[in-house]
Amino acid sequence: MTEALLTLEAIATDIGAYHILHGVDLVVPRGEVTMLLGRNGAGKTTSLRSIMGLWPPHHGTIRFDGQAIERLATPEIARLGIAYVPENMGIFTQLTVQENLKLAAHSARFDEARLDDVFRFFPILKTKWTDRAGLMSGGQKQMLAVARAIVEERRLLIVDEPTKGLAPAVIDQLIECFLELKARATTILLVEQNFHMACSVGDSVAVMDNGRIIHSGSMATLAADADLQTHLLGLSLASHQ
Amino acid sequence: MSPLDHILSGDRPRSRILALLLIAAFVALAFAPFLFPGTKALGVASRICIFIVLAASYDIVLGYTGIVSFAHAMFFGIGAYGVAIALNWDTSWGAIALGLLVAIIVSTLLAAAIGLLSLRLRALFFSMVTLAFASFALILASQLRDITGGEDGLTFSVPHLLTPAFRLLSQPFLGVRIDGRVVTYYLVFTTATLLFLLMLRIVNSPFGRVLQAIRENEFRAEALGYSILLHRTLAGVIGAVMATLAGGMLALVLRYNGPAASMSFEIMVDGILLMTVIGGMGTLYGPMLGAVLIVLAQYELQPGLAALSALVQNVPVLPRLINPDRWLLWLGVLFVVIVYFFPNGLVGRLRKRG
Repeated sequence: MTEALLTLEAIATDIGAYHILHGVDLVVPRGEVTMLLGRNGAGKTTSLRSIMGLWPPHHGTIRFDGQAIERLATPEIARLGIAYVPENMGIFTQLTVQENLKLAAHSARFDEARLDDVFRFFPILKTKWTDRAGLMSGGQKQMLAVARAIVEERRLLIVDEPTKGLAPAVIDQLIECFLELKARATTILLVEQNFHMACSVGDSVAVMDNGRIIHSGSMATLAADADLQTHLLGLSLASHQ
Repeated sequence: MSPLDHILSGDRPRSRILALLLIAAFVALAFAPFLFPGTKALGVASRICIFIVLAASYDIVLGYTGIVSFAHAMFFGIGAYGVAIALNWDTSWGAIALGLLVAIIVSTLLAAAIGLLSLRLRALFFSMVTLAFASFALILASQLRDITGGEDGLTFSVPHLLTPAFRLLSQPFLGVRIDGRVVTYYLVFTTATLLFLLMLRIVNSPFGRVLQAIRENEFRAEALGYSILLHRTLAGVIGAVMATLAGGMLALVLRYNGPAASMSFEIMVDGILLMTVIGGMGTLYGPMLGAVLIVLAQYELQPGLAALSALVQNVPVLPRLINPDRWLLWLGVLFVVIVYFFPNGLVGRLRKRG
């Protein structure tokens, strides 16, 4: 079995008076794409935010490459080499495309090879290089958000619903990007409602419901089992396409 | 990058009208002793230069990190007292340098302490704490009579080069006698210009971009690995040091310092805060424009109303309404109108048009 890069053990997180996560156990193998699926309100985004320390858990352990990180501050977690692309894209609208990427690169100079990759995945970003990010379309903003996560070498990418509300052509571009990252053995934890994308890029899958992981296994097994999909998610893969 | 871009750190005004206004203000200030001769005009021009630095330094705190602090006049006062106390003790350039150095150290420590509080306190509560710091400093300045001169303040001598008795040129230049007052003015003008350009460089550096990112969304900036506390504290310290230097310049110009001259709440609210908000937060050019507008209004509105009142003296009611004694009322009306019609400040509106 592939070695785990990230593990969550019995993670419980509250937001104000609400108990959102009730003991989440999750393993993200090194060099693989792990899909985190589930209905709306199942606790997927909270799990990602707990990993990043934005909503710290009150119970449980989160290990990244063997190191406990559940008590670290968000900037310290990010500096371990974890890139987070939030659900609402998380770009800085007042800054230019270039400035957004520079913030993520933590350096005055870009790694030219990685910048070439970014432009190859998303050519529009080169065209919009000096434009304010707030002036771009939703799809372009999402490309910028993903580009920000890959403009520097990271050990783990955490991406929250990158295809939400995007046009099919943009989704295809994102799928191509994730497939190439996967081919380079990049470790990715991806929350996604789009089953087409989940099946295209996922190696393993964890399904959440009511703040817990209710199923984990290979993505291929879930993709092939319509009954299991209906049981876990309420709808089969075929009905999503 | 053109030489102009290099000087402005790539941060151009981005509006033709704004650029013209800024150029006009800069040229007027650069040649103020020759364009507007007289002690009063030179005093107003010096005050504009000083408040440009002060309001711009506050913009680093308010406009670039979103922190509402009422302690900024305290740092201004610390700088003024640093120079005043040092010159009261010894009239020399060394004393000025020592006074400024001590003031900068005190301001840095206080700004760092206030910055650390921002970890625990949010918005209104943080503002209240800064208000408490400012009140405490004001009381201290009034109570430590042996050191600060209490409510009366300190009147002191400045080095000979800066005194009216000093003559740089034996003959007037362009009809103006080049004495110590003019030398003091150009010392203030040059220092203010350099400090403003330095602040422009800071807010357009990678550090400045992080501040802008934090202002827009703290969580996103944190998720990229940037410490909010560290960056906010650093911004606060930079703003405080700049305000301290502005205070030092004020003491040199006035050759006097007291609680009302540099530390009062009028300076904080009617001066620093209004200049920054009316000019346009998060732009640096905004506070510059705000400082010019408000200092001019403070000094020229009363004589302007007097002239206007004389013109309409035969019209019923109007002369009483625009009586020069009511200048503060009209200043208030002017501020309300500007804030109402330009919610993003003058620069925000001009850039939108541009």
